[in-house]
Amino acid sequence: MKNYTIQTHNLSKEYNGEAVLKEINLQLERGRIHAIIGPSGVGKSVLLRLLNLLEEPTSGEIHFDGKALRENNRLNLHRRMTLVFQKPALFNTSVYENVAYGLKVRKENRSSILEKVKKALEVIGLKGYEHKRARDLSGGEKQRVAIARAMVLEPEILFLDEPTSDLDPRNVAIIEELIKYINREFKTTIVIATHNMFQARRLAHEASFLFKGRIIESRNAQEIFTSPKDKRILRFIEGKMIF
Amino acid sequence: MDYILAGLKEAFRLLFSFDRGTYTVIFLSLRISGIAVLLASCLGIPLGALVGLHKFPGRGVITTLLNTCFALPTVVVGLFVYLFLSHRGPLGMLGLLYTPGAMITAQTILATPIIGALSLVAVKGVDPAITKSAISLGATKVQTTLTVLREARVAILAALIAGFGRVVTEIGAAMIVGGNIKGTTRVMSTAIALETGKGRFELALALGIILLAVAFLINTGLYYLQRIRE
Repeated sequence: MKNYTIQTHNLSKEYNGEAVLKEINLQLERGRIHAIIGPSGVGKSVLLRLLNLLEEPTSGEIHFDGKALRENNRLNLHRRMTLVFQKPALFNTSVYENVAYGLKVRKENRSSILEKVKKALEVIGLKGYEHKRARDLSGGEKQRVAIARAMVLEPEILFLDEPTSDLDPRNVAIIEELIKYINREFKTTIVIATHNMFQARRLAHEASFLFKGRIIESRNAQEIFTSPKDKRILRFIEGKMIF
Repeated sequence: MDYILAGLKEAFRLLFSFDRGTYTVIFLSLRISGIAVLLASCLGIPLGALVGLHKFPGRGVITTLLNTCFALPTVVVGLFVYLFLSHRGPLGMLGLLYTPGAMITAQTILATPIIGALSLVAVKGVDPAITKSAISLGATKVQTTLTVLREARVAILAALIAGFGRVVTEIGAAMIVGGNIKGTTRVMSTAIALETGKGRFELALALGIILLAVAFLINTGLYYLQRIRE
């Protein structure tokens, strides 16, 4: 029997009466990398924000470890998962303070924070950057700090919203390696929203194709790319989908 | 023209000879307005953060009230504080009228909406992704609010400076509730009015120079804060 960390039941979201997500039924297996793929503007970011409890669905339910949201403590859930945004929203302070933020709000002791931040900066290749102003870093470095900020928390679930969309190939490669490292090292369930099917294929175990607010296919990542059942996915893979 | 130059000369003499009476007025002004701004920031910053970051019924009304009170006439505030603190008033038993306490009360009322309204604008100016990041990283509501306030620190400091600038130069409320008593409630603005009325321009000019210097320092501070922000 599969061990699902998140399950959604008919999850829908509307803004001003306009449906953005329609009856999303997802099952995210623990410890796996799950890609939400699809063209821009189909609701991938909204779906991640709903799963990370940053927004309320219009209807439907999210279950964590088989329990409905109302049966869980919201703050506890927030502290088991985190979201890295497409544009890294770094705090206007040092790199150290940014990476240490989540540990500080959890009131971890100072020496533990120091050790974890130091190790995280080594892993992301920014050793010695502790006292630099985070906002002065390059785009790729900022995104790596945003990922380190999430990684030090060793979250059960990590949501990544288009984490490499504006980056050069070198930084894309670094961040993809980081994603694999986090999944391997901490057994973190990772949900990555991307419009880049090659990236999804390189990283994900499972993939769901989102189109016009609906999941039209959800299965093993290799299979969905090699033998998609839905013609729209084939058109997307062949680069013929016009948005 | 000669009497203006003579006044200026005497003003500089008073300042640079560290005339006791002049500096008593200056320090009293700075102390009263400083305490008032401190109290107003304790009220205004949380109020601005609450209205700026949270949705609740009556939020629009509070925002409108804050903006309306932004330009409260000082004499009206002075009148109401007087009515409350006078012997026949509901707070008459406190015996605060014509004391620095009354002036601090009036100036706190004047500064709170300024600091509140500008703090509201400051927190609203913070990228919403910062708030979402804090929540997503496991911050509680209080921790998230403090994080946003820290992000808006330059703009909030500007709000405090604007509040201080408003109260240190006001005269209406200070005159009504303070009474302009020498050594107790005589501050720069009321002293200038009094000395000008008596035709003694030296002290008035000396205090005027100090007030201008304070205003200059405030604006220089704001300029550099804006540069830091950029």
